[in-house]
Amino acid sequence: MADLKICCSPDAITTLGLGSCVGIVLYDPIEKIAGLAHVMLPDSTQIVCNENIAKFADTAIDRLLQIMIENGASKNRMIAKIAGGAQMFAFSSENPMLCIGKRNVEASKNKLEELGIRIVAEDTGDSYGRTIEFYPETGELLIKAVGKEKKII
Amino acid sequence: MSNQESFEQLNDLNNMRYDVLREIGNIGAGNATTALSQLINSRVDMTVPKVDLLNFQELADVVGSAEDIVVGILFNLSGDIQGMMMFMMEYTAAHHLVNCLTGKEKENMEAFTEFDLSALKEIGNIISGAYLSALSTLINLNIKESIPYMSVDMAGAVLSVPAIAFGELGDKALLIQSEFNQTDKSVSGFFILIPTEESYGKIMSSLGVQVI
Repeated sequence: MADLKICCSPDAITTLGLGSCVGIVLYDPIEKIAGLAHVMLPDSTQIVCNENIAKFADTAIDRLLQIMIENGASKNRMIAKIAGGAQMFAFSSENPMLCIGKRNVEASKNKLEELGIRIVAEDTGDSYGRTIEFYPETGELLIKAVGKEKKII
Repeated sequence: MSNQESFEQLNDLNNMRYDVLREIGNIGAGNATTALSQLINSRVDMTVPKVDLLNFQELADVVGSAEDIVVGILFNLSGDIQGMMMFMMEYTAAHHLVNCLTGKEKENMEAFTEFDLSALKEIGNIISGAYLSALSTLINLNIKESIPYMSVDMAGAVLSVPAIAFGELGDKALLIQSEFNQTDKSVSGFFILIPTEESYGKIMSSLGVQVI
């Protein structure tokens, strides 16, 4: 949670138990470099304590992109896959704090669109946790959830 | 000094605040354990509560692994004290508890039925209510709890909800964690009390501890 890392083929990168958080994979298919951010909140500008850039969708994606470019990835070739953003508890109220999963997904999509990075696949929303693994070699994102078949997007 | 800094003074492990928080966990969980013990008509022991200020990366490790399946029952707190309260059990422990209550065989591990889930929610409600009413009496402040919300999923995913609530305030989560065990260890679980920073200050000052 609130972390970001990059990895190159043949290694793989994973994050365990994504709930309302969103996992954002950026990938350069030619250089086979991938980055993964696990963000908790949508927008750094709405929070006072916003030094931890890996925590917010907007700042984490910026930083991840920057680190990947420093390591030889090209922004023009970059594509994205996103997963997570579930609503873990069936809250009945309309409190926006409680629909945080949905807001995280929207914020991630907006940020990627702003940067001109295409989202080629997503598995978001619903009400279950996900573990994700990304393989830069093949560009496959493996999604595991409790009581569900493994899925590759 | 900002609120965040007062929260982070907890980094000092010798701090008296730890003892106060631990005592809160003790009294709350003590009451809750008694309620549980009466409910399942069996002896239940509790351990000394742990108080931790954790990074988000460490949070899921509280129960074991981020991928362990747990049953989490969450309450939103309002009134004088705001925040969240979560009662969490490992999947097998939740099964034992349900079997105990519904008279099924102890080792029965069939998937939970609607009835089982409803029973678990109600257990969570009763024992969390006992925890909170003890806390409320101790600090002499009014705590209202919401209806119980339940999720059966990976620990990391379930814990992401309180973690995000903390994430709005800072980079660490304050955890007051009490663990209980039935004599043969088959029923065990955690209480996690998650006050907002403002409420944390209120709890402290109502107990006569100065928060700078």
